[in-house]
Amino acid sequence: MAAPLPRWKLASALIVCGLTGYSAAPPRAADSTSVPYETEGRKSGYLFLTPATRTLQDDEFQNPGAFALERGRDLWDAPDGPDRKSCASCHGDAATAMVGVAARYPVFDAARNGLVNIEMRINAERERMKAAPYAYESDDMLALTTFLTAQSRGMPMTPDIDGPARPLFEQGRAFYEARRGQLDLSCGQCHDDRTGLRLRGDVISQGQVNGFPVYRVSWRGQASRHRIFAWCNTSVRAEPYAAGSPEYLALELFMAWRGRGLPIEAPSIRR
Amino acid sequence: MIWRAVIGSCLLMAAGFVSSPQAQTPATYRIENGEVPAPLTAEPGNPARGRQTVRDMTHVTCLICHALPIPEEPDHGEIGPPLAGIGSRYSAGALRARLMDPKAFNPESIMPAYFRTDGLNRVGAEFRGRTIYTPQQIEDVVAYLLSLKEP
Ligand code: HEC
Ligand code: HEC
Repeated sequence: MAAPLPRWKLASALIVCGLTGYSAAPPRAADSTSVPYETEGRKSGYLFLTPATRTLQDDEFQNPGAFALERGRDLWDAPDGPDRKSCASCHGDAATAMVGVAARYPVFDAARNGLVNIEMRINAERERMKAAPYAYESDDMLALTTFLTAQSRGMPMTPDIDGPARPLFEQGRAFYEARRGQLDLSCGQCHDDRTGLRLRGDVISQGQVNGFPVYRVSWRGQASRHRIFAWCNTSVRAEPYAAGSPEYLALELFMAWRGRGLPIEAPSIRR
Repeated sequence: MIWRAVIGSCLLMAAGFVSSPQAQTPATYRIENGEVPAPLTAEPGNPARGRQTVRDMTHVTCLICHALPIPEEPDHGEIGPPLAGIGSRYSAGALRARLMDPKAFNPESIMPAYFRTDGLNRVGAEFRGRTIYTPQQIEDVVAYLLSLKEP
């Protein structure tokens, strides 16, 4: 770790820092009530964006995630199921009822004896309303998760990894550390060891999940945490898991802990 | 000397003996003194074709990680060392060995093995049991790399 970087590596790292306007002082999130984008060396993907993209994220009128946010707000209030209930019928105003929820998730659910993330909680609630579940990457699911997550904007991620969640957390860590695919790479080989370097056209970030659901410019739409997991798996020519699978839930818990203290950012933008 | 003769290799080797050198499989080659000295194919490597192969997005392009003297391509990677002049620093056998199995030189290497199918975890269905490059692509890319001489 302490070995000096080869000259070509050092030079390129410096160039990248220059290009992305990356500075050493931990900058604060735009909103003064937010925790900073960097804490104890953990860095949000926000810090790997160009200044222009950051400005886009910070401007609530230009942020492309605002469409999902508004649609999610409507869904929160929309009656559904035979009893014509909405989320609001039971929970009231999301701006008070849902504060801090996304910052704690995923959580261990005793009834299922497993982890539940925001997407699965939404479908569990819809089941209670006798409404049809949303498909994992559907526009409605992405919209409602964006809206729900935004109620914790600026709050630090603080997942609970103790108690019954512990073995699942360790499973997530093992997933993160395992080499896989025809390219034989682990998550950490890119996101711990080579951050700031250019992998073809992309500058590799720490792969933090605090921004999700993100508006991904290259996909022209909102994307969930599990979708980027599958994308990174597929990029190394590994067989991905299904969105919502126990493997990705365990990975999500590990990733949330790995980025502990970083701010929830939705609606956020990534490349 | 590192042997890659593994389970099932008897069968594969037998096949290699009776058919053309095209039948070289990942299970039969071996690295001697840091080299795979013999070409994998009867047809000599073609450097122009190799130059096309290393750019090919569908074949895990080297540009993901390395800069190459291919100015018409944007966004060269900076994960591995630049490869300009590499043909002055390595023999054909050494380049072949590094391409086929970089982990034989450095177990921690993040460079993928372009001619290996064993020891991998959860390879995607469409790639299972297949090498990234064919034997002919290995030879073409080796010929291309050899042509990259120091000025
Ligand atoms: C071959 C290199 C590579 C590997 C291996 C890899 N990733 Fe990524 N990952 C990338 C690149 C490139 C991006 C897009 C640029 C960025 O945000 O870092 C990315 C993006 C991400 C993001 C989005 C970050 C953000 O702020 O939007 C997450 C989360 C992520 N990766 C997690 C993972 C996980 C979990 C694994 C293992 C299952 C993994 N990655 C394996 C290269 C890799
Ligand atoms: C995912 C990253 C990655 C890819 C893709 C990749 N390499 Fe590498 N390569 C590396 C790294 C890192 C090294 C440094 C030595 C090591 O760690 O193995 C390296 C080293 C080398 C070396 C030795 C260089 C020296 O100066 O000692 C050669 C030759 C080479 N690579 C050729 C290639 C070719 C040709 C391709 C494509 C067919 C390729 N590499 C694809 C990462 C990569």
